[in-house]
Amino acid sequence: MGKVTGFKEWGRELPKKREKSARVGDFREFLGAFDGDKAKAQGGRCMDCGVPFCMQGCPLGNRIPDWNDLVFRGRWKEAFVALDSTNNFPEFTGRLCPAPCEAACVLNVNQDPVTIEQIEKEIVERAFAEGWITPRPPRTRSGKKVAVIGSGPAGLAAAQQLNRAGHSVTVFEKSDRIGGLLRYGIPDFKMEKQVIDRRLDVMVAEGVQFRTSSEIGRDVSWSEIRVTHDAVVVAIGAESPRELEVPGRELAGVHLAMTYLSQQNRIVSGDVVADQIHAGGKRVVILGGGDTGSDCLGTAHRQGAAQVTQLELMPAPPDVRLSQNPWPEWPVIYRTSSSQEEGGERQFALQTSHLSGKDGRLHALHAAHVRPEVVNGRMTLVREAGGELTIPCDLVILAMGFVSPVAKGLAAELGLALDGRGNVKVDASYRTSVPGIYAAGDARKGASLIVWAIADGREAARVVDGDLRGSTSQLPTRGIDQPFEAR
Amino acid sequence: MRQRHDQDNAPRADFASPPEEPNGLPPAWGLYAPRHEHDACGIGFVAHIKGDKSHDIVEQGLEILLRMAHRGACGCDPETGDGAGILLQLPHRFFKREGLLHGWEIPRRRRYGVGMVFLPQDPRQRQACEDIFNEVVAEEGQKVIGWRDVPVDPNVVGWLARETLPSIRQIYVGCRRVVPSALERKLYTIRKLTENRIRERGVDPDARFHVASLSSETIVYKGLLLPDQLPRFYADLSDPELVSALAVVHSRFSTNTFPTWDRAQPCRYIAHNGEINTLQGNRNWMRARSAGLQSAKFGGPLSRLFPIINTNGSDSAQFDNMLELLHLAGRPLDHAMMMMIPEAHEGITDGSITPQRKAYYEYASNLMEPWDGPAAMVFTDGHLVGATLDRNGLRPARWIVTTDDRVILSSEVGVLDVPPAEIRQKGRLQPGRMLLVDTQEQRIIDDQEAKNDVANRWPYAKWLNANVDNLDRFPAAPPVPPTEGEWLVRLQRAFGYSDEDLRIVVGPMALSGEEPNGSMGSDVPLAVLSDQAPPLFDYFHQLFAQVTNPPIDPIREALVMTLATTIGPDGNTFEETPEQCHRIAIKSPILTNPDLAKLRHPNVGAFEPTTLDMVYDRSIGLETAVAQLCKAAVDAIDEGYNILVLSDRKVDSKRLPIPSLLAVSAVHQHLVREGIRFQTGLVAETADARSVHHIACLFGFGAGSVNPWLALDTARDLALRGEIAVTPEKAEYHLIKALEKGVLKIMSKMGISTLQSYRGAQIFEAVGLDQGLIARHFTGTASRLSGVGLAELGREVQERHNRGFAASLSGVDAIDETSELPTGGIYQWRRRGERHKWNPATIAKLQHATSHASPTSWDEYSRLCNEEDRGRSTLRGLLEFVTHPEDAIPLDEVESATDIVKRFATGAMSFGSISAEAHETLAIAMNSIGGKSNSGEGGEEARRYVREVPGEERRSRIHQVASGRFGVNAEYLVNADELQIKMAQGAKPGEGGQLPGHKVDERIAKVRFSTPGVTLISPPPHHDIYSIEDLAQLIFDLKCVNHDARISMKLVAEVGVGTVAAGVAKAGAGHVVIAGNTGGTGASPVSSILHAGLPWELGLAETQEVLVQNDLRSRIRVQVDGGLRTGRDVVVGALLGAEEFGFSTAPLVVTGCVMLRKCHLNTCSVGIATQDPDLRKHFTGQPEHVVRFFFFVAEEVRKLMAELGVRRFDDLIGRKDRLRQVAKPNHWKAARLDLSPMLMMANVKASVPRRQMRAQTGSLEGHLDKVIVQQVRDTIEGGPRSDIAMKIKNTDRAVGAHLSGEIARRQGARGLVDDAVTVRFKGPAGQSFGAWLAKGVTFNLEGEANDGVGKGLSGGRIAIRHHSDSTFKAEDNILIGNVAAYGATSGELYVAGCAGERFAVRNSGARAVVEGVGDHGCEYMTGGAVVVLGTTGRNFAAGMSGGVAYVFDADRSFSNRCNMGMVEHESLVDETDLWMVYTMIEDHVRMTGSALGRRMLENWEMTVARFVKVMPIEYRKVLQQKRASTRPVMPEALKMVQG
Repeated sequence: MGKVTGFKEWGRELPKKREKSARVGDFREFLGAFDGDKAKAQGGRCMDCGVPFCMQGCPLGNRIPDWNDLVFRGRWKEAFVALDSTNNFPEFTGRLCPAPCEAACVLNVNQDPVTIEQIEKEIVERAFAEGWITPRPPRTRSGKKVAVIGSGPAGLAAAQQLNRAGHSVTVFEKSDRIGGLLRYGIPDFKMEKQVIDRRLDVMVAEGVQFRTSSEIGRDVSWSEIRVTHDAVVVAIGAESPRELEVPGRELAGVHLAMTYLSQQNRIVSGDVVADQIHAGGKRVVILGGGDTGSDCLGTAHRQGAAQVTQLELMPAPPDVRLSQNPWPEWPVIYRTSSSQEEGGERQFALQTSHLSGKDGRLHALHAAHVRPEVVNGRMTLVREAGGELTIPCDLVILAMGFVSPVAKGLAAELGLALDGRGNVKVDASYRTSVPGIYAAGDARKGASLIVWAIADGREAARVVDGDLRGSTSQLPTRGIDQPFEAR
Repeated sequence: MRQRHDQDNAPRADFASPPEEPNGLPPAWGLYAPRHEHDACGIGFVAHIKGDKSHDIVEQGLEILLRMAHRGACGCDPETGDGAGILLQLPHRFFKREGLLHGWEIPRRRRYGVGMVFLPQDPRQRQACEDIFNEVVAEEGQKVIGWRDVPVDPNVVGWLARETLPSIRQIYVGCRRVVPSALERKLYTIRKLTENRIRERGVDPDARFHVASLSSETIVYKGLLLPDQLPRFYADLSDPELVSALAVVHSRFSTNTFPTWDRAQPCRYIAHNGEINTLQGNRNWMRARSAGLQSAKFGGPLSRLFPIINTNGSDSAQFDNMLELLHLAGRPLDHAMMMMIPEAHEGITDGSITPQRKAYYEYASNLMEPWDGPAAMVFTDGHLVGATLDRNGLRPARWIVTTDDRVILSSEVGVLDVPPAEIRQKGRLQPGRMLLVDTQEQRIIDDQEAKNDVANRWPYAKWLNANVDNLDRFPAAPPVPPTEGEWLVRLQRAFGYSDEDLRIVVGPMALSGEEPNGSMGSDVPLAVLSDQAPPLFDYFHQLFAQVTNPPIDPIREALVMTLATTIGPDGNTFEETPEQCHRIAIKSPILTNPDLAKLRHPNVGAFEPTTLDMVYDRSIGLETAVAQLCKAAVDAIDEGYNILVLSDRKVDSKRLPIPSLLAVSAVHQHLVREGIRFQTGLVAETADARSVHHIACLFGFGAGSVNPWLALDTARDLALRGEIAVTPEKAEYHLIKALEKGVLKIMSKMGISTLQSYRGAQIFEAVGLDQGLIARHFTGTASRLSGVGLAELGREVQERHNRGFAASLSGVDAIDETSELPTGGIYQWRRRGERHKWNPATIAKLQHATSHASPTSWDEYSRLCNEEDRGRSTLRGLLEFVTHPEDAIPLDEVESATDIVKRFATGAMSFGSISAEAHETLAIAMNSIGGKSNSGEGGEEARRYVREVPGEERRSRIHQVASGRFGVNAEYLVNADELQIKMAQGAKPGEGGQLPGHKVDERIAKVRFSTPGVTLISPPPHHDIYSIEDLAQLIFDLKCVNHDARISMKLVAEVGVGTVAAGVAKAGAGHVVIAGNTGGTGASPVSSILHAGLPWELGLAETQEVLVQNDLRSRIRVQVDGGLRTGRDVVVGALLGAEEFGFSTAPLVVTGCVMLRKCHLNTCSVGIATQDPDLRKHFTGQPEHVVRFFFFVAEEVRKLMAELGVRRFDDLIGRKDRLRQVAKPNHWKAARLDLSPMLMMANVKASVPRRQMRAQTGSLEGHLDKVIVQQVRDTIEGGPRSDIAMKIKNTDRAVGAHLSGEIARRQGARGLVDDAVTVRFKGPAGQSFGAWLAKGVTFNLEGEANDGVGKGLSGGRIAIRHHSDSTFKAEDNILIGNVAAYGATSGELYVAGCAGERFAVRNSGARAVVEGVGDHGCEYMTGGAVVVLGTTGRNFAAGMSGGVAYVFDADRSFSNRCNMGMVEHESLVDETDLWMVYTMIEDHVRMTGSALGRRMLENWEMTVARFVKVMPIEYRKVLQQKRASTRPVMPEALKMVQG
């Protein structure tokens, strides 16, 4: 339970990020490990609450109080076992998760929450360093074959769980490398790709088969996959981006964030990319104030952009949470990402009206001030009076989020039902309308967090296992979900 | 090899009768069972030592009865008493005369017997009974001389008593061919056979037949009468020829109002004040031995007299049945009494008990278990009359010897007017002691002589040495090696262990030897609704003592408790031979693995152990498995084995364990039924028992000893893995210690002192187990809601087993979680654990709803709560409303929310357990809506009595009076609208409390009159409530102080709470709280939070119907609390019978509580349950939010009322017909539950009110204080001093309480100037003399006083001395009763004589001088100063954490009698101390004229050397720290002396 009075003795502390000037010079991770025994004290701040809201805040139901305490007591190996029991890939979430657990931490009611995410990362990094993470192939094989389509966090989690349950799992990935969004969407300064590779090594050794450059529906038909496997888990993500539908979109110099980010990721991985979209020396505008926007921002800085402006449609959130947004809800507040710390300008409540250019090349972005208003019970953006704003620029990157999975082919070929938003429709047990086909992660719920994807993959695997086995699955579940908010 | 007694020898009849409809008591129905009725009373005797018979003795007996009328009670019919009676020597001359009148020839004395017989009124039934009687007398070779109509006057009794008035006749039985010494036995045989035959022939359908007495020595006149009615009803009693040398009297206070003539006392041999807690077990054990009971004296098999124990009788009557048998089988009455109520001897090391006596008790324990419970018992066989107290001495018994050779003993002094000059000696019965008067030997026999006589009859010590084998001395045998690694984890999983069991239960115990504490309440589902396959233990709820008998403090009063036990076959209770004690003695009933190995291979004597496996193959199922086990047990005994070890060691992937509790109880009950239980010892070698509750269950259901092997292996493993910082050996040792302490605690909750009596006593209630299962395998256990049976339990066994072994079957063993344990989630919410009512969602929604006035969030919250409940968590969740769409009414026709919220109260949370900010927020909120907040047990800052800011009234309208009496002074009492006596708390009923030192800051110490930093202990019992008549007294006391306040009683739901509530109503309380087991706490042992008490639904439903049935409901208001959260909860509560509703956790959540469950650690991060100033800053609660909560609840109530079509809230109350059980709950276990008993309504006339209609009566008219106040009114108003004199008698109770209330109302705590009012009394003062006496009042009493002198003393001064005409030595004679100065906060008390037990318990500021005290002096004291000029009893200063005591230790023996747990002894050298003691003795002499005091002052130099200063260690440390850190500070008590 940590130390009873720990939270009174020690304040919240995180490792220092690398100096801004140094980190924008390369693509290595900006955040390191705690010095010395810091993790211990930070773990000791945990109050071992009677109702650990963090555990609810975490979609995986991570046993946060348990491993906080174990870290406090220096029992790292047990801490790892506890962490590993609920999370297949703590090295991903420990770096990339916005940490809803910390938002829900009871200390966050009136003090600073426990550094849960950093402790998670410390545990898993130590586990890799100490060699505690070794392949654990199943002792017996069930003889059932499962195809997992998509190798993002949901797909990988489902694959590992199903493999552990003894099924023979093949992961199909349309790209040339495994990892999905993790691989090509996340810049290396947030997570270096060797983090994925070392995990994949383990999975391969456990017996998971990987097929890259196999796009189902193109390289192999959905029907074929279906008949050659006992179950299929669709974990194809939600890759359709939200488009900018304004005049000038066709101009050269306007790109989708994913195109931009994946090119840079390939280059960091040693690939050669022809005609790379490069921000070097350019005036860059990023549309979208979210995480992807920030990733583009950090990338642009590292490429040597002359000037970067990040535009957000919605008004700037308040500095502190509003009373209508109390703990333990996710606090909607003004945040500054590490990329935003590194420079650039942020503007809010701006709606792009059109792009202008010369000779088919982008020259400027034109935007109007808006404010949200409730009209007829619906939130609408209303233009503010006053003129338009013009931002001269050479490169516009569209990071406005994703709308749905690319699932039309799947739906068409198998007659699988989609929901109103274009996501794969599933029942409460991840079963799609087609028997034997399951869906997990963004593919079924739309773009969301990595931690949700892992959680989904695990839960789906449990259902698949149960169905294949014809009895209750022995795979673990994340337990009773009583969300105090939807996120 | 022993042979089993052949069953076929005699027709099977049981030792104890099966329960049936008793005379006058209604049969069991719904939740009510007559066996839970309680009595208490006043008892007494007067006897002439020389045996001179006179009618005076009879009249004096009746006079005693009359003077103790206040100790009895009357029910709904004020003219019907609960029972009164008198037992006399058979008045030969009187009967001879009566015989002549009838034309009969009465033989000479002792050649005939007279029976006092209650007969049916119906002439034909009566005749049939008499015919049978006559027939039996003839068959037994005796002669019926005749039947005499006893002249009675039915007009003097109340209408209720008249309804069942029996026909009362006396039968005269002439003796033929029987030696005089056997006549009593013959008469007994006649009575037994007559009773049996009448029952068998069914000639007495209403069970009116009752033989009050049938003896040649004694006769009993008794009835459902008030004391003053007794002599008017029985004309015989006024006849001058009715003479006796002794009279035993009894006046009864019963919890019910049912007209039961036979339950009046005296019984045939005893009059009993108290109750027998272990009755069920005692009966079972006697039944278990019955086949072996033999006595040649009865001339034929004893079984023809069966049942010996009539289970329809009261506990006293059943005790009488047993005592009678022992006596008639050959033991003198005092000897039999010593067997049944042995004094504490195991832990007594002060030399007061001879080794021979100890040996006797040890020997006797092989023949019979103590009949344990509070008892003052008067007994007589007609020439020997005596009295004894149980080992705890919780009932008062005072005696005097007069110069004209009379001994008068009674519950109170002053019950007979004896001129002081004629009193030779005064005394009191001390705990465990006996007083005998032998009218034949014509002398008094004291305790020592009487008991040593018995103890020296045989060489018991030698017998024990030769026959008792001590396990410690057995040769070592190789134990089973400890389980380790993967196999250990598998077994842990298969036996249902969770991560929490290691982390929160076993680990902490193994680390520290203590059971860990937790806080807040339990909000997990009942076992029968849980999906986690809870252990069978969880279906059983611990029972506990409340009101009718006190719990014990197992830590501070450890000297009366013992776990010592023996194992092996039992002997014949009637005989005393060396072989009877051939058993194995074991120190701890919890066996280590080496212990068990030794027991298995005794190589000693005739012990033949064998192991029976309590495992089964999954193919045969649990039911067959249990049946086979029972059969195997019988076979083993037939083969001559006499120690049966039930073992689940053989569990593996194929074999499943029978739950150990089921196996033990099933085998125990089966062997009892077979009559062979006594032939064997029963040992459980089990893996599933791992908490104190589990172990207690096993003992409670019959195990002799338990080897919790997997728990021990787990402890060892935790140590080996470094999880706990102790060695593996220490870990096991600590675990056993913690389990032992825990078992003691669970026993003590029920007031049971010895494991031997607890064993098999079945002091649990089962909830949700099939009635058939209970009847078969847990026979006689309280269980009212039938539920799951062996099929479902088997499924749960399977489910747990799967956790350990299915993984390998399914091939998923590589998954990490199988190498770990399930999370549990019982003690803390966990995502993968048990469901909790307070979970992230409900907490967040409730906080949002109330802080943002969001009806949507409220609806969401309420939906979550109510749906979570529905069929999944609580009993109320399984109920639904009976609505008819056509009944629905518009919402605006329903009573307004502003009216409804007035019914709401917040629960008792002390200032101390929660912060001032939180406490006052609740108070402001409740006052603003007209509801009530509760001070809890912690006093209240006086500034809160004044309204500082308009609209912000901070006073708690309810002030609680709890066992610690913290801050309970006259000012506190008068500043309340309701005074709530807390008998029990939902989270830990039957236990005391502790406020750890770190939570006692300056401010809290001030309101509690204690020292900052010093731990405060609340004792388990109120030391002025040991029985229901004591409770009546306390209610009376409180009413005297504050006549305007409603007196409320807080009870916790358990089986029988309804009968207790009825008693409470009769005792004069106007309000009763029924708390559920789920209530919160600031700190309780974790097993208590989970396993003690019952859901409020059961307690409330029972209370409602028992009150209605007794027609008492109209005069008492009922409140329910314990986990109420929504409007639906309120409506269900109302329909089940509540008018008012208490909420605690929910309002706390509204003010910011997030269920950290860290209240006991002072680290509440939201500033509620903490006194840490840094954390208190975080408190953000607002009264408005709390108000909003209650309005949300009320609005939800209104909506439901509209649906039900009920306009007025009053019309909801008790309408159980508007509730029904959900037809098909969507749950495999819930579907088996039968809630119908909960919904049954009392079968009474429709005119009997079902809710409170009128205030409790009870005026202070005639109270002595009325006279005093009148005479000193000027002084109270600020006028000149007054000095008055008056006479006082024992019926003048609580004198000074009303006066003090009047002063406190006007002057607050500061009172009047010193000696402003002086009252000089002469005579024997009644109970509670000078209670809460206010500052400025001096009471000077010449005479003597009863219990409760100066309780709550609030600054006044009391001086008491013997009557000036007394001839005895003052310091050697008892002057005042028990519990003087209990909870005193300031003031002075001078007693020029001895005080009884528990002097100055929980004193926190008063100064007292006394010339001798009984046991437990200065217990739990936290402040003030006590000087004892003479000897003390045992256990002085137990739990004393503050204040100081000075004891004159004449013979240097004091340290033997002092409990050194928290104090140290110093000699008197410090100047301050010397000055203090000197001045206090000086004051004592000045106030009382004490001769002893004067002598001491005269020889001061000699005296001072003999004084011992008793100083609490913690207190001294705090004082020293304070002195070091700031300017010199003296303890409060010293300041008063010098200032």
